Amino acid sequence: MSTILVVADHLEGVLKNATLPTVGFAKAAAAISGSTVVGLVLGSGADGVAETFAKYVDRVIYIDDSAYANYLAEAYAPAVAAVAKEVGAVIVAGASTTTGKDYLPRAAARLDAGFVSDVIAVFEHDGAPAYKRPIWAGNLIERVASSADVTVVTVRTTNFEAAPATAGGKVEKRTGGASKSGAAEFVSFEQVKSDRPALTDASVVVSGGRGLKSAEAFGIIEDLADTLGGAVGASRAAVDSGYAPNDWQVGQTGKIVAPNLYIAVAISGAIQHLAGMKGSKTIVAINKNGEEPIFQVADYGLVADAFAAVPDLTSKIKASK
Amino acid sequence: MKVLCTVKRIIDPDVKAKLTASGALDTGNVDYKLNPFDEYGIEEAVRLKEKGVASEVVVLCVGSSDAEKEIRTALAMGADRGILVKVDDPYEGLDMLGVARLLAEVIKKEAPQVVIMGKLSVDTEGNTVGQMLAELLGWGQATFAYKLDIEGNSAVVGREVDGGTASVKVSLPAIVTADLRLNEPRYATLPGIMKAKKKPLDTIDASDLDADIEQKVTTLGYELPPARKAGEFVADVDTLFNKLKSEAKVI
Repeated sequence: MSTILVVADHLEGVLKNATLPTVGFAKAAAAISGSTVVGLVLGSGADGVAETFAKYVDRVIYIDDSAYANYLAEAYAPAVAAVAKEVGAVIVAGASTTTGKDYLPRAAARLDAGFVSDVIAVFEHDGAPAYKRPIWAGNLIERVASSADVTVVTVRTTNFEAAPATAGGKVEKRTGGASKSGAAEFVSFEQVKSDRPALTDASVVVSGGRGLKSAEAFGIIEDLADTLGGAVGASRAAVDSGYAPNDWQVGQTGKIVAPNLYIAVAISGAIQHLAGMKGSKTIVAINKNGEEPIFQVADYGLVADAFAAVPDLTSKIKASK
Repeated sequence: MKVLCTVKRIIDPDVKAKLTASGALDTGNVDYKLNPFDEYGIEEAVRLKEKGVASEVVVLCVGSSDAEKEIRTALAMGADRGILVKVDDPYEGLDMLGVARLLAEVIKKEAPQVVIMGKLSVDTEGNTVGQMLAELLGWGQATFAYKLDIEGNSAVVGREVDGGTASVKVSLPAIVTADLRLNEPRYATLPGIMKAKKKPLDTIDASDLDADIEQKVTTLGYELPPARKAGEFVADVDTLFNKLKSEAKVI
């Protein structure tokens, strides 16, 4: 029986939520190829991550090595390629996070594999899994097939359901053996700490655009987001103007989000921004110019000044709770 | 030191995508341009030259002969010479590993100290070629760069990553892929454009390179994304609140 290998995304001893929709993808692909799903955790002291991950897949290979304590593509790619060969993987999948996008293409080159990025759907073609992926800032969907023995994919996690926990598999722990290339070394990771949910996990996202005209004005966005228990996003224009940190950027080159409710405030709706949020279930646009393209994707459009409308909406929601 | 930048001629994604009756890409009314992310790479390389860190900036492109225009744009921004690896149609018969292999063959011969390229091309949105190239060459990689400091035989690169920012130190030679906030690319000036016309541009036929570019990933077809149902304008905040509460049931 062939194998689909899913590589875990984890940080500080916690399996990241992005991993579960990736398993969801793998199970959908496995139903087509008749494969088992094997998990891979590369970490240092990440036993808890491996135990959690094992609830969702048939078995987990956990390689514990200090070389994986701080993420580096040069350490991850050879390990992923070696395990893929060992288990006879036909597909190697990881979440389309900045980590997955970093090491998976490198692993693919090492495996002489086919590579498909940002998979949003898997379907059967000639008896094997084939893939859909967005191109052209989400204006077009490409259907692709891979003829390679092994295909490496990154999975757009907003497009797949999180896999449910099952009886679960065993963890096979190994120690050491990481290859040290010396070509790169980790310097630092500056994490933006926040009490809010992560943008890509939140069920509500409130985003602000350049129309807010200052970083201070983002306060009204944050108040509304906090009232709804949501995350705060921003357009590229707002980030470029210094009103919001880059980690808040929603769009083609930022985060791809698909919450239940997306509220775009003072955002014009450039094609790059729409690419990052048009999969949201309900979209609200608040902008004082009714001609802006954001209104073309909005379920509810309100032509109004953000500085009056947003605090008003926030207080109404607060009063109703 | 020598800096090499890769560039791509892309279909402008700001032009609305259309499909032909048979479902193929309708290229009748599209515009082409230099991939914006590659402009960040060129800008960074030209700045390294202006600072005296780089001695030469080479531009490398896999494309059809039409891509000479985009190479000249890069030369007009300040790069010194161009190399075109010529294929009939880069959108047909080439996958990303194939592109990386072609680039790797030329880079081995050119032996630059650093390759700076866009993190992705905004047409096909792979975000893969730099990483593949690093593996094929056995070099270190620093992707999604917002800050690049060359320090002797290594580079310290600030990276835009999920949850914050990261910093990595790579030994040279290395691959750096540029993110949005690396710099603000300059516009080519008229004298720059005039000078660019006289700068050397060599063409190599892809088939003359010793690269296995057999296609593994093929396009089966295209489809338009599902359209969102038409929305409505609401008169005021009260109406919006009531709709969100009673109709959409999201608050």
